[in-house]
Amino acid sequence: FYLNFLMDQLLSKIAINDGHGENSAFFDGWKAYDSNPYHPTQNPNGVIQMGLAENQLSFDLVEEWVRNNPKASICTEQGANDFKDIAIFQDYHGFPEFRNAVARFMEKVRGNRVRFDPDRIVMSGGATGAQETLAFCLADPGEALLVPTPYYPANDRDLTWRTGIKLLPVICESSNNFKITSSALESAYNKAQESNIKVKGLLLNNPSNPLGTVLDKQTLTESLNFTNNKNIHLICDEIYSATVFSKPDFISIAEIVEENPNCNRELIHIVYSLSKDLGFPGFRVGIIYSYNDSVTNCARKMSSFGLVSTQTQHLIAYMLSDEVFVDRFIVESSKRLGNRHSALVNELARVGIESLKSNGGLYCWMDLRRLLKEYTFEAEMELWRVIVNEVKLNVSPGSSFHCSEPGWFRVCFANMDDETLMVALKRIHKFVIQSKGINVVNEVPNSKKQYRRNNKLEINLSFRRLDGIMMEPHKMSPHSPMSSPLVRART
Amino acid sequence: MTRSPVPDPKDEPRNPTRTGMRLIVPLQGVVQGRGGLILGSIIPCALFYFLQFYLKRHRSSPPNPPSPSTSTGNLSELPRSSSRANLSSRGSIGRVHVSSRASSIAKPNDSPYYIGLDRVREDPYDEMSNPDGIIELGLSENRLSLDLIEKWLEENFNNSMLGIGGDGLGIGGIATYQPMDGLMELKMAMADFMTEVMGRTVVFDPARVVLTSGATPALEILSFCLADQGNAFLVPAPYYPGFDRDMRWRTGVELIPVHCRSCDNFALSITALEQAFNQARKRGQRVRGILISNPSNPVGSLLNRDTLFDLLDFARERNIHIISDEIFAGSTYGNEEFVSMAEIVDSEDTDKDRVHIIYGMSKDFSIPGFRVGVIYSFNENVLAASRKLTRFCSVSTPTQQLLTSMLSDTSFIQEYLKTNRRRIASMYDLFVAALRGLGVVCTKSCAGLYCWVDMSRLISPYSEKGELDLWDKLLNIAKINVTPGSACHCIEPGWFRFCFTTLSENEIPIVVERIRKVVESCKPPV
Repeated sequence: FYLNFLMDQLLSKIAINDGHGENSAFFDGWKAYDSNPYHPTQNPNGVIQMGLAENQLSFDLVEEWVRNNPKASICTEQGANDFKDIAIFQDYHGFPEFRNAVARFMEKVRGNRVRFDPDRIVMSGGATGAQETLAFCLADPGEALLVPTPYYPANDRDLTWRTGIKLLPVICESSNNFKITSSALESAYNKAQESNIKVKGLLLNNPSNPLGTVLDKQTLTESLNFTNNKNIHLICDEIYSATVFSKPDFISIAEIVEENPNCNRELIHIVYSLSKDLGFPGFRVGIIYSYNDSVTNCARKMSSFGLVSTQTQHLIAYMLSDEVFVDRFIVESSKRLGNRHSALVNELARVGIESLKSNGGLYCWMDLRRLLKEYTFEAEMELWRVIVNEVKLNVSPGSSFHCSEPGWFRVCFANMDDETLMVALKRIHKFVIQSKGINVVNEVPNSKKQYRRNNKLEINLSFRRLDGIMMEPHKMSPHSPMSSPLVRART
Repeated sequence: MTRSPVPDPKDEPRNPTRTGMRLIVPLQGVVQGRGGLILGSIIPCALFYFLQFYLKRHRSSPPNPPSPSTSTGNLSELPRSSSRANLSSRGSIGRVHVSSRASSIAKPNDSPYYIGLDRVREDPYDEMSNPDGIIELGLSENRLSLDLIEKWLEENFNNSMLGIGGDGLGIGGIATYQPMDGLMELKMAMADFMTEVMGRTVVFDPARVVLTSGATPALEILSFCLADQGNAFLVPAPYYPGFDRDMRWRTGVELIPVHCRSCDNFALSITALEQAFNQARKRGQRVRGILISNPSNPVGSLLNRDTLFDLLDFARERNIHIISDEIFAGSTYGNEEFVSMAEIVDSEDTDKDRVHIIYGMSKDFSIPGFRVGVIYSFNENVLAASRKLTRFCSVSTPTQQLLTSMLSDTSFIQEYLKTNRRRIASMYDLFVAALRGLGVVCTKSCAGLYCWVDMSRLISPYSEKGELDLWDKLLNIAKINVTPGSACHCIEPGWFRFCFTTLSENEIPIVVERIRKVVESCKPPV
């Protein structure tokens, strides 16, 4: 034991602290899935993964393009000529063709309403790397970024683990559909001031994860004014920008910036990635686009820590320059996402489960407040355990997104094929219909009219059933957050 | 009753109230003597609001840096994009503050290592299109054997290498989460490759392989895992300039050079290590480990078995780590045998937990663009933490699949390594002979893609300044970019690193002629 202790002393604080965040409930669900994954024939009762926001609906289009364009891949007859130059190129500016193609793609996704300068395109190791790099560039250890809740859980790890900065929540509430209000921004900022924490910026996620909504012009303008007035940075993570499938249109901060020439552009930075829009997280293409020269220079130098493989740069340069393909892809991908979204949301509605009205992202934000035993986060976790262990769906509880109100869950719909989705929907249906009576929370504090449901279908849970589960610890998932969480290194 | 002209104290920020009152009351008295009620109200109000405005303006500019009005800082001096042209009218924009980390990094490069690379980028030599451009001898890349890989590709195309199949829906029609630290197939292929490269004296275990997008982030990850901010690593000098960036920039960790001297052929001395360690301790600086490069960069020498054992003893006695950067292990060409730290650990069987090896595909395998690096550690905790940190620097999936195919062809790999070594050896011989013809000598190296050249007789004065003058002449007159020893923290002036594996045989005479111009002008009078 002493030797272990001695060995532990050998490691840095970063290596042994919890900054990796894998002890949170968000990851427990994944562990439950990992230990019992669904398979249509080999494990039909396994857990279906609905906690992974990946876009697998349109990768066949990408695959088809790659096969039809062998010159884009260096491991083909047509492309091999480029091999030498590509393999040896390690300039952190990246290929100009790559930057041009990415800039064009970003413009297209924004309906050509803005212009992006390819020289400001800086690479990073996925959006994960982009966020971390910006945090390194904009804030010193101990300083903070404001982030509206609910937000993507990995922000905690990506933005703070190695950088030493803090994230402070800007509370958004269901009463106004989780809109970000000026007063919430001001109150978060003032709270930081009172605690003597220096706020360096505001991080917006647009379209939002987990809400799936886009920010309207008013919110964007207010955020811009807020940050300008406080002279703090505004980081917009627009990683889901091409996943918007219905109105209202996605509005990028770039558009607001162009419409407000008097704003201080040096405070504006955009994070982007091809992982969600194209559906290829494995490419590890992260992009930082900053209007601030100092930040661009610094981020570019730091990109040595997460450059995009030139093989990938080459492929992407070709792919995104194919305007015909890109135009078709954007339209088709949105359509497929929209259909999937409707399928899920309609089925949920049929069994009396509401979700936040959303028009983007790869998930929807379910309102299960009426299924809670009581209006607490403990009850939310209980419900979550039932969903993971009984219904066998890995959905993500709102608390892991720092939601201020219990009862919300994110369910992803784009990371599976149609058949699996059908199975998942059937399970939801069955679960809801088969449940017996229970005192559910009938009156949810602060809930407003938009959740008026025709209460024909009563959603009930057997209280006794839940009790039974709680009393028998051996039935609980060993990965539940109530027991000591296992931090499993992934091999 | 007249209303008090002083605004309600509740409405203001806490502090100005008192000072305000102290100003206002006597003023009121003064004014009410002559101007009467109206002036008595208006003037104090006006003064009060100006006071508040003044205080507010100064409070809104952040406390860092301490004197906002005088420090210009490099931020405001930066070239502004034209989009800001119309903003000069807005006087109340505060200066944009980036982090202090960013401020120093964003400054223009001041190390000759980076300046040289930038200059070549702007004016690169090309036989056809730019024969007067700068020839790059400052970047250790190997262009000698790329044709072998190209040939392999031409003979082995197949769709699995396109790199897209693996990303799709996995088992059960569900997209699976890709491990950030690399696909198992590649880890296995990499472990085999490392075994082969390092002479088959020890077998590398795929379970200890963590893949990163290049050796650069691999080093940074180890720095984050093994040391806290303010701690230090001992590094034998001269050392690779990139260590300063990789180990220090974002981690806040320091590097303490342990100087090696030409009289010892720049060999590492344990005594010197000890001295450096003790001095650091006296300063109150905690040393967390030793960072060695073996084969060494820039000297090109190999550490022998005894030294490696001594190093391990040294580390054990002080309870610190050893990071062994073995990225040039496959680029050996002399008679000496390369010994990996893995071999030492293998025979010791204790203290494994303090040994970590860095490897990558940028030097031996000439694919720096593809960004493939390796952390190989014997410490489970370091492996666990590193794996999680690879989320910031994973290897691109198509590259992983291509590389897995390539590395799995063991006969190709064996052939490649043999041929590559031979080619480096012959280029080294040619280059060194050519330099000798100019009267310029280098240390006898047996590994690496460069030679360590002694031009100390040609610099004047015999100092860093003299060395940089010569470097400047070489860059601007001879139009060749080499790395001066000072950029490598070499304590003796006049040494330069010349990389020769970017050249083809017929370019050597061109390089020699260019160097001759400068050398002739620098030679001390006979």
